[in-house]
Amino acid sequence: MRARGLFASILVTVVAPSLMFAAGTISGKVTYTGTPVKQKPIDMSKEPSCAKQHATPVNTETVVTGAGNTLDNVVVYISEGADDANAPAQAVTFTQKGCQYLPHVVALHTGQELQVANADQTSHNIHPLAKVNREWNKSQPPGSPNISEKFDAPEFISVKCNIHPWMHGWFVVLKTNHYSISKDDGAFTLPNLPPGKYKVTAWHEDYGTQEQDVTITGSETKSIDFSFKAKAY
Amino acid sequence: MNKSRQFRTGFLYLALAALCALPSVGQDAPDVGPRPPQPLKAMESHIGHVTGHAKDAKMDYRRYCAGCHGDLGDGNGENAVWLDPKPRDFTAATFKCRSTVTGMLPTDQDLFDTIGRGLDNSNMPIWNTFSDLQRANLVAYIKTFSPRWDKEKAGDPIKIPAEPAVTIESISHGKALFTKLECWKCHGPEGKGDGPSAATLTDSKDQPIRPYNFAGGGDDSRFKCGSTNADVYKIFITGVDGTPMPSFADVIQPNDAWDLVHFLRTLQVKRHSKENDVLKAAGGKIPPYVEKQAEAPASQPETRAAGGGN
Repeated sequence: MRARGLFASILVTVVAPSLMFAAGTISGKVTYTGTPVKQKPIDMSKEPSCAKQHATPVNTETVVTGAGNTLDNVVVYISEGADDANAPAQAVTFTQKGCQYLPHVVALHTGQELQVANADQTSHNIHPLAKVNREWNKSQPPGSPNISEKFDAPEFISVKCNIHPWMHGWFVVLKTNHYSISKDDGAFTLPNLPPGKYKVTAWHEDYGTQEQDVTITGSETKSIDFSFKAKAY
Repeated sequence: MNKSRQFRTGFLYLALAALCALPSVGQDAPDVGPRPPQPLKAMESHIGHVTGHAKDAKMDYRRYCAGCHGDLGDGNGENAVWLDPKPRDFTAATFKCRSTVTGMLPTDQDLFDTIGRGLDNSNMPIWNTFSDLQRANLVAYIKTFSPRWDKEKAGDPIKIPAEPAVTIESISHGKALFTKLECWKCHGPEGKGDGPSAATLTDSKDQPIRPYNFAGGGDDSRFKCGSTNADVYKIFITGVDGTPMPSFADVIQPNDAWDLVHFLRTLQVKRHSKENDVLKAAGGKIPPYVEKQAEAPASQPETRAAGGGN
């Protein structure tokens, strides 16, 4: 009796978690084919406090690429199959520095706190041009506290500063915590996926979206790649 | 010859008749053309003791509003292509003149006031020929175009503290705030709407938009969202949603905001106002603002007292 109880408890403590956490990973690379439109250098001369922060003029960031035709700023996320997990307690930060948005694309869960910081010596206005969520527009002079906001519905929200029209970024509001944003190497990783069927979506602000179906059966790493066709204009 | 002329004349008449018939199709047979896809929602508005019903505004909307705002309320009425700024798109439920914080729906009273006041520097006229009930009905009708009105409640009106006296010190402090908050980036150093960022401004529909030119009007110059000092106060606390004008609610103290209002009035150089009187009495020049804490030892108690305080 007692032995059986012990055996059962061992089963629960040792075997069950390993079953529960049998989690796979989806990873890969985002690349492009063709010739992306050339990004333009930004003239910040109207905002000297920002201009002097950049030794050479920074470029627009509509299409950012890395060596080997890799594509930056692509949000790869589980669009179907994963549970709509709760929003993480920690906030996501979006900083205005040198009259640029750092990062250019920020992803967050619905209901997750977004902190907007101004590290510049000039006023910015943060204006998310939301269509599904509420559109708001707030001024943030230098030295003022972070702006804290939340978004209720999933949406790709274009964000701009009207005072500095070259400033443009994205708030990507998702219903999942399974997302990855590609950097210079175009790589993405979506870990901690329990066995199941998933739809993986890759979104790029200029090149649109692509989807792939992936099935995870155990503790495996499935490799998938996305390739976007560059727009000529 | 004769026959062919007859034929031609007949054809001409026919063509003319067809031409005349075209517009009348739109007017006499309202069932032709785009219609709201669903039956009209039962929507109400509450303005004081008046309750408006969307169903009762159907005819007024079609007759007076649809020409610009469109049957679907999307701002694409047949006149819209000729208008600048564009008519409001009610399906987005984003409104310029609100008493509520940025991003929130306006109150019924806000929409009611906007219809009655019209929007200066636009093609939206003053609809003061409507009765209160007609306007209230139209407010309810406008709210049928966006699902936001089903899901969200209008925000609470912001609190506007009592206006302090206009003094040259409050004007001076307002001017310092105008510089510090960088209002001049768009509105220009003299409020002429010619700041360094003015030329690049666009509204939320990517249409070019001009910042308000304070100096442009005459004695009757108005703001878009009202003409009183409290209306001006409201504008920079709530922001003008859908435009580049942000909300300053989190970055300005109530008394400071009043100082800014007093300074803004002096930018309306041709408008008679108590602010301009005070400025004139002070010799027509705004003295530089002296920071309270840093610069005000016991020797400058007056500046201290009037410089904006709490």
